Amino acid sequence: MLLEVRDLYVEFRTRDGVAKAVNGVGYGVDAGETLAVLGESGSGKSVTAQTIMGILDVPPGRITGGEVLFQGKDLLTLKEEERRKVRGAQMAMIFQDALSSLNPVLSVGDQLGEMFVVHRGLSRKDARARAIELMDRVRIPGAGQRVRDYPHQFSGGMRQRIMIAMALALEPALIIADEPTTALDVTVQAQVMDLLAELQREYDMGLILITHDLGVVADVADRIAVMYAGRIVESAPVHDVYKAPAHPYTRGLLDSIPRLDQKGRELYAIKGLPPNLMDIPPGCAFHPRCPMAQDVCRTDEPPLYEVSEDRGSACHFWRECLHG
Amino acid sequence: MGQYVVRRLLQMIPVFIGATLLIFLMVNVMGDPVAGLCGDRQCDPATAARLRKEFGLDKPVGQQYLTYLANVFTGDFGTAFNGRPVTELMSSAFPVTVRLTVVAVLFEIVIGITLGVVTGLRRGRPVDTTVLLITLVVISVPTFVTGLLLQLLLGVEWGWIKPSVSTDATFDELIVPGLVLASVSLAYVTRLTRTSIAENRRSDYVRTAIAKGLPRRRVVTRHLLRNSLIPVVTFIGTDIGALMGGAIVTERIFNIHGVGYQLYQGILRQNTQTVVGFVTVLVLVFLVANLLVDLLYAVLDPRIRYA
Repeated sequence: MLLEVRDLYVEFRTRDGVAKAVNGVGYGVDAGETLAVLGESGSGKSVTAQTIMGILDVPPGRITGGEVLFQGKDLLTLKEEERRKVRGAQMAMIFQDALSSLNPVLSVGDQLGEMFVVHRGLSRKDARARAIELMDRVRIPGAGQRVRDYPHQFSGGMRQRIMIAMALALEPALIIADEPTTALDVTVQAQVMDLLAELQREYDMGLILITHDLGVVADVADRIAVMYAGRIVESAPVHDVYKAPAHPYTRGLLDSIPRLDQKGRELYAIKGLPPNLMDIPPGCAFHPRCPMAQDVCRTDEPPLYEVSEDRGSACHFWRECLHG
Repeated sequence: MGQYVVRRLLQMIPVFIGATLLIFLMVNVMGDPVAGLCGDRQCDPATAARLRKEFGLDKPVGQQYLTYLANVFTGDFGTAFNGRPVTELMSSAFPVTVRLTVVAVLFEIVIGITLGVVTGLRRGRPVDTTVLLITLVVISVPTFVTGLLLQLLLGVEWGWIKPSVSTDATFDELIVPGLVLASVSLAYVTRLTRTSIAENRRSDYVRTAIAKGLPRRRVVTRHLLRNSLIPVVTFIGTDIGALMGGAIVTERIFNIHGVGYQLYQGILRQNTQTVVGFVTVLVLVFLVANLLVDLLYAVLDPRIRYA
């Protein structure tokens, strides 16, 4: 396994109390595999990703338990300097909003080339040549001229391509993409996603795709991990989930997708709001919103039951959910 | 860009005319330009009338202003109280003040920005609180207090510096006066940089820079600092004008014969020509400093394009 997160706990200490953002998350990715991490805002999917990358703001963030095994080493025990050398070179991250994630006052060539200057010790001139190659690689037209341009001079789709180029620069083994297409026009979303999937195949990288777009997931992911209130509630191969979800929350998410054959009918929405992370409900965190909730759900926190060999569900009634 | 510079230069013309007109009216219409020429006594009416005729003060105000402007453009700023041309005073005063301003601005840049970065990165920690408190004290205490205090301690009690600056006013003599002159602005630069750094530290592009595996030093200097300096540069730029004209107190304390000193003498002796001349040049300095700030903006932030 390329990356394995084990029993990770992260909390944020604020004036108002302790927000438990990640509560025992575990998932893994193999080389060449795409794992889609699904969940609402505040489900802990981005915090988990930031912890893996080592870019969590500490404080207020605090890792209170768990391991992040990357190529066999626990990243959480590494010294900051060793950790820094892993970042960008062996694992890279693509952020949601490329406009704010790229430095507005540096040319894209400088920002891409910087990877080679810092990690590979290349001269500025060589780094610039590599930057142009990279821009060609992600199919930015006229890379030779555009290398001097600044982020605001590019369109949204082109900017996200630059982010992808930056992540790919040193051919890392793992890429974490945090909602890479959310900020883009629908027409551009597919292009960017296809490019990412293509490059992933080519370099045989592991990809963690954080998203709430189930349409994207179906196209590119191998596995799905659904998160709720800082826990994995369902983890399964992508086709199994679409065929029959084993957790009522996953079912709710699937039912929320607007469908053409139900045009005119009211859209389905999971009732209620995501839980307050400072006061997560006892038992199963999803029980206040769950249509299948029983007494046991209010008291006993469900473990991740083994549904099949490569599938898990944190629901006391996963059987009923699967077959109902 | 070239077009923008031309446009800005053209815009400076009405500002220049407006500002000089105001100065001219204040001194010539609201005050009596002749009054100061007779020393402490009142001028006898006959002499006053003769002087008025000699200086063209019996002509309409509009005409006087035009004559004055025409003279300015030919480099004639009139005669100072001691009979020397004002331009001669300027050529001795401005180099001194420019040196003083350079020292002050260097203090602002080096100390102010460094402290701002250090505190901005450690917001809420003891270093931050201490520096913040000191800046508050510096801002609250008037310059003449800091100036006199430093002069007394460093110059008289401990003898580290000469308490008064010689007529040459060399750079090493101007270190302490420059620090005094810069003190309040330095405190503001520190606070401005601190806020800007603290704000940008949480920005997405800084997170990206960290995720790229850049060393912390590079993240701070190349990514964080450059973005955070944009408001600071504006402040320092406009402050150059203020420092050049506002050194009156500092120059008095350390007996520096610069612009502030001459301006003060001019006002004291009610010498219209000196005051109007110096203020006119200061208006120009302000205008040029502002233009430079605007141009520097475009260099620091490529999103600002002057079309």
